[in-house]
Order: sequence, then structure tokens, then C-alpha cells
Amino acid sequence: MEPHFLAAEVSTSTSRGLTITLFLVFVAVTLAITIWASRQTKTATDFYAGGRQFSGFQNGMAIGGDYMSAASFLGIAGLIALYGYDGFLYSIGFLVAWLVALLLVAEYLRNAGRYTMADVLAFRMRQRPVRTAASASTIVVSIFYLIAQMVGAGALVSLLLGIKPDTTFLGMDADTAKVATIILVGALMIIYVIVGGMKGTTYVQIVKAFMLMTGALLMTILVLAHYKFNLSQLLGDAAAQSGKGDAFLEPGLRYGVESASASATFYSKMDLLSLGIALVLGTAGLPHILTRFYTVPTSKIARKSVLWAIGIIGTFYLFTLALGFGAAALVGGANITAQDKAGNTAAPQLAQALGVDYLGGETGGAVLLAVIAAVAFATILAVVAGLTLASSSSVAHDFYANVMRRGEASERDEVRVARISALVIGAVAIALSIFAQSLNVAFLVALAFAVAASANLPAILYSLFWRRFNTSGALWSIYGGLTAAVVLVFFSPVVSGSATAMFPDSDWHFFPLSNPGIISIPIGFLCGWIGTVISKEDDSAKYAELEVRSLTGHGAH
Amino acid sequence: MTTEVPSSSTERYRAVQDSEEFGRLRRTVRSFVFPMTVAFFLWYALYVLLSAYARGFMSAKIVGNINVALIFGLLQFVTTFLIAWYYSRYAAQKIDPLADKVHADLTAGDTATTTTAATDDKKSED
Repeated sequence: MEPHFLAAEVSTSTSRGLTITLFLVFVAVTLAITIWASRQTKTATDFYAGGRQFSGFQNGMAIGGDYMSAASFLGIAGLIALYGYDGFLYSIGFLVAWLVALLLVAEYLRNAGRYTMADVLAFRMRQRPVRTAASASTIVVSIFYLIAQMVGAGALVSLLLGIKPDTTFLGMDADTAKVATIILVGALMIIYVIVGGMKGTTYVQIVKAFMLMTGALLMTILVLAHYKFNLSQLLGDAAAQSGKGDAFLEPGLRYGVESASASATFYSKMDLLSLGIALVLGTAGLPHILTRFYTVPTSKIARKSVLWAIGIIGTFYLFTLALGFGAAALVGGANITAQDKAGNTAAPQLAQALGVDYLGGETGGAVLLAVIAAVAFATILAVVAGLTLASSSSVAHDFYANVMRRGEASERDEVRVARISALVIGAVAIALSIFAQSLNVAFLVALAFAVAASANLPAILYSLFWRRFNTSGALWSIYGGLTAAVVLVFFSPVVSGSATAMFPDSDWHFFPLSNPGIISIPIGFLCGWIGTVISKEDDSAKYAELEVRSLTGHGAH
Repeated sequence: MTTEVPSSSTERYRAVQDSEEFGRLRRTVRSFVFPMTVAFFLWYALYVLLSAYARGFMSAKIVGNINVALIFGLLQFVTTFLIAWYYSRYAAQKIDPLADKVHADLTAGDTATTTTAATDDKKSED
């Protein structure tokens, strides 16, 4: 099969109109669900935890919908399409990470906590300082992740709708369309969260997960059918069309690149290890993932939902393998980079190529492109809604109710503050995203995972499993891990001193890696240990309660 | 656990934590999840290290265009699925019955000391 046209060239009014129609249908359906959910949302438990009535399968789908961001769908497919094997490394880290959540976190958090990550961290500690710290790291992780998603949405819209620099869409040029998209996505996520709370957000994520899985499955089947289910032939064709030959199927094109300079090679390989560790340890510390475990009635169902999530997410990443190599083989590396240098349009371009071949020519291509573009927008919306909910819950439940009001706030007040926080956080995210538009945002995702792994995970694991852990230890691990990750990224080549940096013209970097995980995660664990042993506080009675409750579910909410 | 349940909830949790039954539950959980975590982490680390430092080995083709690296990557999927399945089976057979037993004893204690579920619910959130 000949490599196909660029998406923009055939992005006819049919395809564009269909994309918008499908997206509007998705928005209409999800808004209807959200309004329905708002009628069922009466108590704080309804707002924060969706009434804790979701089944294992429903929550598993919602976890998938919360976790599989545009970065995984478009980003990983694009990485595989351009760098072959190295893109696959990413998806493996993202999947294996779920074993940490399954074995060490999900059930115990569900048993001992109530609405937020801090419920467990502050369980046996002095409430106010620990909740303040947990709230701070929740907001840092969520805002960084949120900006990355929203800027991504802005960047995608002109590509997916085929708005070229010199053309306009509804009277908007490409730049205006980007800003409009960011505002639209932000406004929708605020509505989902304020109106629908956790219930509405969960259903949005379930619908999105279903659409994403269906779209990815359809494309995977078409790619495999094209090669008569011969994987080796698909790989061979991908390698040939990529222009990189066998190296395309081997590690080293993107991560751990070997160059003439021994130190550059060394750091590049360390960066690969650092990324690998941050991916695996970050997931179980992401606040928007942790709050999902509270939406089911018991810890056994929390376990079931993680099992479903592992199945769904694992299957999805296997699909992205076919999508990425399929795009390399059927669209071709040159055609992908011509459209988007980062490869983010590989999956939509593949959809178009497959549609042309198997679904009735140009029209079929336009239809499948439109479907996949709409799925991509749905994907972004579901993830940003989850992030906004998690951070506003933490502001209301941790900071407002327990720090400011010292636990004296009424449920009504708390939920009202949560809704206001969602509005404020959403507005801040929109504003920051508009300013961050031209910046390289890849580092924001890396930073979010690194902070989650360095600040949150050590505190969670120590809390659950270490009798001696105390307030001082919790504060040290959260602030220590948070500071280490942020400072190292600030002095890394992703912020200054390289061509792709945030500030390419300045250079204050001294930390050679773009991902801080390999240093900042051990610092987080070490700080937690030091902070603990230098303090005399030792409340083993409260640990008895936490341990018994987390393991048995006694007194669970 | 004895039928005599101390009145203060702190004392009760302490008593449960020290009980032989709870000790068995803790051992059953920890003897599985800790070694398994170490095992899957080392297995994943080995995979990342091989990707970084054993390029020749990873590039060796096995069948057609399918090389060691791809097989290793797919094996990570297989082991993740297997560990998840094995844990769910282990938890259902070994952990859940013990946890349910301790939980049932504690709940029986709740009624015995007339600590209603409602007050327990309130108290738990500090």
C-alpha cells in the first residue's frame, strides 16, 4: 500500500464537519449524564466519591478513562510511529505501574481513607500540617498534568480539524482556534465537575474508555488484517517505511541514545532508567487515580476494579503497538513528521489511511479520521475532568475543612467549597495553559509523574506499612520529594540549555537528566526515613487502628 | 480474640493488632505483596537495563522481524497479567477469609460494646 496523503490535505469539510458533529454528540450525551448525575448528588460522599456505588467493572473502565490520556493515545502511538521500539518502552512502564497500585495501595487506601489521598496520610498524624502538605503536592501534580493535557488539546485542534496557518475556521485562524479550544475544554471540564461531581465525571470516563477502546480495536483489526495477521511482516514494513531500517525495531532511537561522547551516552542511558522508574512508581501516587478507589463499596471491589483496569489498559497498550507500527508502515515516517514533528497525529493519519483502503475510499477515510479525532477530544475531556475533581476535592476536604475549619465545616459547606475550587482551579489551568501554549509541555507530564513518585508514594507506603512513621516523616517525605523533583527539573536541560528547552536561549542547567526520578525518588524515601527518626513522636496506638482498619475494612466508609 | 472486648476503641484496635489471628493476616498479606513487588520491580528493571545496555542481545532476531527486545516487552505484559491474576486468586483464597474473620469479630465487638455503626463512622474522621 502506498503511503497516504497528509491529513490536512484530505481534511475536507466532510471530515471536519463530522468531527465536530461527533464531538458535539459526545458533549451532549455527557452533559445529559452530568445533569442526571447532579440529581443523584446530595451528600459529600456523592460529590467526592460518586456515592461509592460503582461496580468493579465500571470503576475499572473509569480508571482506564482517567488514566489513558491523550498523551498515551496520540503520544505513544506517535512515539512508536517515529521511534519504533522506544515508544513501546513507555507503554510498558505505564502498565507495570498498576502492580504497585494493585499490591500495595488500592485496597488499603479504600479501607482506611474517605475522599482524598490525605485521609490516609494524615490518619495517624497531626492533621493540619500533613493535610496542608498533601494538598500542596496534590495541586502541584494535578495542575502540571492539567496544563499538559490542555495545551495538548489546543495543539491538536488545528491538526485534527486541519486548520492550516494561512486558513481560517469559523473565522478563527489557527492561533485563535487553539485558545478557543483550551477555553472550551476548560469550560466543559469545570461543568462536568461542578454539576456532576464524581458521579458525572465517572460516567464521562466510562463513556470515553468505551469509545477509545472501540476506536483503537477497530483500527488494530484493520492494521492486522492488512498484514493478514502476520506481525513480522507488519514490523518489517514499518522498519522499511520508517527510513531507519532494523534500528527502528531495536531500543535506542529515542532513549539511551548512543553517541560519540561517552558522557552524553552515559547520561542518555541514565535518563532512560530514570524515566522507567518514574513511570512505574508515579502512577500509584497520582491523586486523580487514588480518589477513584473511593468510588466502590468495598476494598474487594477496589481490587476487582484494578484488575479490570489492568486488563483494559494492558489491552489498550497492545493496540497502540499495532497503531504505532501500523502508522509507520502505512502512513510513513516522513508523512507523519510533515504533519506534526512530535508524531501526535500518527493515529489520526493512520485512521484516515485505513478508512480510504477499507471503508470506501475518500469518504471512508474522512469518516474514520473524524471518529478518531472525536475520540481524541473525548479522551482529553475525561482526563482533565478527573484531574480537576481530584485537586478541588483536596482543596475543599483537606485544606478548607480540616486545616482552615479544623474539621468543623458542615458537609454542605465542604461541597460548596469544592465546587468553587473546581471553578478557580479550572480557570487558573485555562489561563496558565494559554500562556504555556508555545512551551514544550512534555516535561510537565514527566514532572507530574516524578513528583507523584517522589513525594506521594513514599508517604503513602510508609503510612500504610511502617509503624514508626510520624508527622515529621510525612512532612519530610512530601516536601523533600516535591522539592527535589521540582528543583532538579528546573535545573535540567528541559528548562534551559538545550534546543528543545523551555528557555532555549538561556542556560542555567547543571542537572544532566531530563527526568529527575532516579535521584528525586530515593530522596523522597530517604527524607521520609530521616524525618521520622529525628522526631520523638510515636503514636503506635493510632497505627494499630490504621493497620487493623486498612487490612480488614473495619470502620470503612 | 476473646469475647471480652476492651471498651475504648484504641484499646480494642491494639488488642486486635496484637492478636494471633491478625498477626496471621498481616503475615499472609506481607509475605505475598512484598516479595512480589520486589520481584516484578527487578524483572522490570532488568528489562529497562537490557534496553539501555544490552543492545546487541536485544536486537537479535528470533522469528522473522521479531527480536528479543519485542519478546521481552511482550513478556512484561504477560507477567503483569499473570501477577494480577495470581494475586487476585491468592487474596480470595488466603487473605479474604482471614480479614473477614477479624472484621466479623470486631463488628461483633461493636455491638457488644453498643458502639453503633453511626458513631463509629463519625469518630473515624477525627
